Amino acid sequence: MNVRLILVLMVWPFAAIAQGFAGLGQGAEGFATPRPGVALEFPADHGAHPSYRIEWWYLTANLKGEDGRSYGVQWTLFRSALAPETREGWADPQIWMGHAGLTTPERHFVAERLARGGIGQAGVTAVPFGAWIDGWRMQGRAAEGRDELSALSLTAQGTDFAYDLDLTAEGPLVAHGQSGYSTKSESGQASYYYSQPFYRVAGTLDLPEGPIAVTGRAWLDREWSSQPLDAEQKGWDWVSLHFESGEKLMGFQLRSTDGAYTSGTWIGADGRAEPFEDGVLTMTPLGRARVAGRDLPVRWRLELPAKGLDVEIDALNAQSWMETRFAYWEGPVRITGSHRGEGYLEMTGYE
Amino acid sequence: MYRTALSALLSHWRRHPMQLGSLLLGLALATALWSGVQAINAEARASYDRAAGVLAQDRLEQLVPTDGQRFSQEVYVALRRAGWDISPVLEGRWSRAGRSVRILGIEPLSLPAGAAPQPVAAGGDMAAFLSQPGQGFAAPQTVAALDGADGLPPLTAAPDMVPGMVLVDIGIAQGLLRAEGEVSRLLVAPAQPVGRTPLGEVAPGLSLRAPQAEADVANLTGSFHLNLTAFGFLSFAVGLFIVHSAIGLAFEQRRPMFRTLRALGLPLGALVAILAAEVLILALAAGLVGIGLGYGIAAALLPDVAATLRGLYGAALPGSLSLRPEWWLGGLGIAMLGAGVAAAQSLWRLWHLPLLAPAQPRAWARASARALARQGALAGGLAVVAVLAGLFGQGVAGGFVLLGALLLSAALALPGVLALILGAAERASRGALAQWFWADTRQQLPGLSLALMALLLALAANVGVGTMVASFRLTFTGWLDQRLSSEFYVTARNEAEAGRLHDWLEPRSDALLPIWKIEGPVRGRTAEVYGVADHPTYSENWPILTGTPDLWQSLARGEGAIVNEQLWRREGLRLGDSLTLPGGAERALVGVYSDYGNPRGQVIIGVEDLTALYPEVERLRYAIRIDPEKVPDLRRALVDEFGLPADNMIDQASVKRFSLQVFERTFAVTAALNVLTMGVAGFAMFTSLLTLATMRLPQLAPVWALGLTRGRLARLELVRALLLAALTMVLALPVGLVLAWALLSVVNVAAFGWRLPMHVFPADWLWLGALALAAAGLAAAWPALRLARMPPLRLLKVFADER
Amino acid sequence: MLLQLHDVEKAYDSGAGRVSVLRGVSMAVAAGETVALTGESGSGKSTVLHLCAGLDLPDSGRIEVEGQDIAAADDRARAALRRDAVGLVFQQFNLIPSLDVAANLAFQARLAGRQDAPWVADLARRLGLADLMDRYPEQLSGGQQQRVAIGRTLAARPRLILADEPTGNLDEETGDAVLDLMLGLVAEAGVGLLLVTHSPRLAARLDRRLLLKGGRLA
Repeated sequence: MNVRLILVLMVWPFAAIAQGFAGLGQGAEGFATPRPGVALEFPADHGAHPSYRIEWWYLTANLKGEDGRSYGVQWTLFRSALAPETREGWADPQIWMGHAGLTTPERHFVAERLARGGIGQAGVTAVPFGAWIDGWRMQGRAAEGRDELSALSLTAQGTDFAYDLDLTAEGPLVAHGQSGYSTKSESGQASYYYSQPFYRVAGTLDLPEGPIAVTGRAWLDREWSSQPLDAEQKGWDWVSLHFESGEKLMGFQLRSTDGAYTSGTWIGADGRAEPFEDGVLTMTPLGRARVAGRDLPVRWRLELPAKGLDVEIDALNAQSWMETRFAYWEGPVRITGSHRGEGYLEMTGYE
Repeated sequence: MYRTALSALLSHWRRHPMQLGSLLLGLALATALWSGVQAINAEARASYDRAAGVLAQDRLEQLVPTDGQRFSQEVYVALRRAGWDISPVLEGRWSRAGRSVRILGIEPLSLPAGAAPQPVAAGGDMAAFLSQPGQGFAAPQTVAALDGADGLPPLTAAPDMVPGMVLVDIGIAQGLLRAEGEVSRLLVAPAQPVGRTPLGEVAPGLSLRAPQAEADVANLTGSFHLNLTAFGFLSFAVGLFIVHSAIGLAFEQRRPMFRTLRALGLPLGALVAILAAEVLILALAAGLVGIGLGYGIAAALLPDVAATLRGLYGAALPGSLSLRPEWWLGGLGIAMLGAGVAAAQSLWRLWHLPLLAPAQPRAWARASARALARQGALAGGLAVVAVLAGLFGQGVAGGFVLLGALLLSAALALPGVLALILGAAERASRGALAQWFWADTRQQLPGLSLALMALLLALAANVGVGTMVASFRLTFTGWLDQRLSSEFYVTARNEAEAGRLHDWLEPRSDALLPIWKIEGPVRGRTAEVYGVADHPTYSENWPILTGTPDLWQSLARGEGAIVNEQLWRREGLRLGDSLTLPGGAERALVGVYSDYGNPRGQVIIGVEDLTALYPEVERLRYAIRIDPEKVPDLRRALVDEFGLPADNMIDQASVKRFSLQVFERTFAVTAALNVLTMGVAGFAMFTSLLTLATMRLPQLAPVWALGLTRGRLARLELVRALLLAALTMVLALPVGLVLAWALLSVVNVAAFGWRLPMHVFPADWLWLGALALAAAGLAAAWPALRLARMPPLRLLKVFADER
Repeated sequence: MLLQLHDVEKAYDSGAGRVSVLRGVSMAVAAGETVALTGESGSGKSTVLHLCAGLDLPDSGRIEVEGQDIAAADDRARAALRRDAVGLVFQQFNLIPSLDVAANLAFQARLAGRQDAPWVADLARRLGLADLMDRYPEQLSGGQQQRVAIGRTLAARPRLILADEPTGNLDEETGDAVLDLMLGLVAEAGVGLLLVTHSPRLAARLDRRLLLKGGRLA
């Protein structure tokens, strides 16, 4: 999935400007580039790939309290390399960024972290699996012999919220594109991309009004690459949806000056992946809301005729704005129509 | 109506340009000295604020090590992982080949929002900043000063940076400062995440420090600026004396005119309003002139002030002055305020006196015995305050309370004391003329007392400051002789060359003494740690103030340390106390030495001890003991045979010359202000005498009519002025000496950290006395000359006039 | 009536207690009338004049100038009265020393906002001051100074002139000349004149004579 790739590639220069530096090193010289036909290897690929320019561990969760109230949680660790290597100490060119979000029907909490590699402040290990930045952790707790990502504990803290969740996978890892090689445009940009969309979640949210016990579902995305995207692409709309049938959908459209490019993967309840090409999925904005000084479509119609899908998705909280160095919209959605369920929506590039 | 009346009132000044001149000049001079000093202070304050604002540490809390040492960055990582939102800072001094600069290492990603230094926030290449060899930001003059320096990252000029500092990434800083894995302190973001582990559990060695409104340097230099401010205020007070007398006289002289104007139908309110407006106009004009003069004074003094601050405190100031509203508006304000205060009394009297009351210019210059007694009582009270401040006062503030109370008390007591002396002289005198002379002098005292008080202040300040500077110079030159006992000093360009240099010099000199040092925190502040060889050069010459008898042996054994007076006084150390060196080693304090002109603490240990504790110490400098006559040959051989650049060597004489030069610049400002204050006081004397001369005709005319020539009268007038000046000088002397004592033993200790022995220089007093007499003589000369040449008709008119 | 005094009393504090100066003085001056107020030194002549000009206030009684009670008026109103209705000529000349003759002559008229340049020039000529216009007061003789003072008062065209020994500082000859001039101009302008003098010879030349004795009119 290339959407998050764009996000990161755009995030870095902006983050850099916010910190007072323009133009963090551009271009992919010396970095490895994804090639087709290379099989993913686990557990090694759960860890970091420093020879690639960018990478992330991206988790979203749809949760419910004991009283039936809905909540959403986001936990993301981005890695960006200034050079394709690792070093000891401050000289390490690997830079890490964490985003955490917590959405309730009324409020949306955000936190952001930046850290240098090489000193132990942030990083990822494959075995035993662990990803961390400051006090935020995504810690593997898989049983002996099972995939390292099959069970996780997840925690993050902001100035006014925190969460602590346990995740257990009830299905296999899902590779997107051609066995994890995911092409992104006609000009050939690509990434390695796989997901674990089958998590069951239980844990606690710490809100200003007190702790809340929650349960629900979560979706983890893993992706790494080195290539930037085309300049014409203005932004994107991306969804990850859990249907009550046990089926799942990852889909997105890239908005560019000459129309939209759509793509995604239909995932069966057993974890079988069916990637689809441009034009198969139709995404139509239905209702807009005023968010952070701009109009954003927080209600959509999604049509995927091949699967008999015709649904509306609607934001749990229209104000799910990630006020980070590079700001975007990311929040939980409810699904109604031909299929029912819940999921996550991400939108960028609306000015 | 207003315009007509105003033009009539203003016409007075046209007919009395001298009076107008003295009013304007007095106010302008007062404003000039005040605003000049304020301009310098404002410039310095802005510079300190900029230093404090670097990394926003004026707004942010910080985590600092309790033992003052640098600590491991593992502590930083542990705190981050425990939830603390903090950012590491590493700072220290980098020196190589005689060039030295403060290095500030930051971590841009974790810096709290808004804490990024302005030049960095303005733009740059993040990748270049973070990766080897890094990128440094520094003030343009610092970049120029470091041009071509080996070992620093490429530098980018950033106008808003504090001079004398290079900002780099923390990783680069660790390399430059040889502090791998070390951190000086941590900046704490204002908003912290929930659920942090308590500080004590993660990092027991750190403590939370509140935001520092001022940088350390501002604290250090505070006393220096207080010093300048005190001088500025003194000058302003002297200037106000002039303004007060000029305005008071102008009001009194125009009383008949006020009466006429009111008789012709000008309402009282309008008259007061016009006069107030007139005072404001004059104050505005004089204030503007004064600010112009003040700018000139400040611009002329700023290089010396900058040199002083750099030499004494290591504080960097820009060499140029900017026109900041905070001081020029302040200067204008104080000119208005001063004129207002000076005019308030006159306006109040005008408002309350009945229309038909006669003018009394002579009464204006007459003070009742009751007023003198009141003034004397006030002087006594202030003297008590001064004594109390001297006995119980603490620090710079206590010192200045002592100085202020002392000076004011002396000034207030002056008229009373002079009256007593003159009264005694009057009783002791025989001849009628002598009796008249003393009585008449005493009668004049009130009119002159403001000017004489100003003169007393100026003279006492001159004696006090002069004694301090001269004592300092005497002590300093003696100390330089002790401190700089080696004949020649060399610095190698790198370690390899240093080794070769050592081997080359060894057979060519009597002794080769390493001058090696490291810098690091001692007792929480950056200090230098030197190592000395076990050589008689030190035991025979080093200016030890106090110490154990075997202190040099104790250093050689690596067991003891000696510190400079500043560190000793600041920390209240005692011999035998344990001193923690950078890195944590402990040494017993075995001695204290004087170290004038150094703002920072300094520690000396044995050179073997130094190299054992800090194996990475730069071993480039040596002091050479050699027959002074062989120095030129050695210098030539070093250049020609060894190939050391001439810049890398210096002989004893040059070091001394340079040190004395720094010293002279340090006190150039004080001297300049001293001279200016004297000038203002002299001017006050002149205007007062001039004023009195016109009013004194009715007193002189009868004496003239009774048979004294005008020439004789004029000579007596001159003698009178000289006599009063001489008496004032005699009274100023003890005041000045107490002032000098307070400066040397109270203010200097608090301000600089060293105490100086007081030396007295009677020849200087004679010189100053002559200067005071010359000022008084010059001031009295013109009025006396006018009297001598006055047409008899004018004297006769005194009898013709009804009043 | 131009000026009217009803039963005016005035006392001053002196070192030896309160001294009564006026003990019920009533008198009047009509427009175009010249009245001499005579009496010995200390009889209160000057006090009457000061009270009439509003330079001081009576302890009791009324003083009306053009029907206005000046005791009831505030300081501002009394100042306006002096500016507009009344002209004062003193024994001491009270010229403004820092202004030249021309400026002194025009001064009160300008203060009152009634400048009449041809009139001032005419006055200057008739007072014999035309050649002295750029001199300063200290450069003039006593008679010249008093002529400037009279000219200053007349230049403002007051309705009532209050004069206090206007020729007291002058020798007899000069004094007579100055008085002639003043009386001539007063008659011509039709203003009222109250002139205080201790000289019966001078008083005899006015329309009416009043004698002040022991604080009362005899």
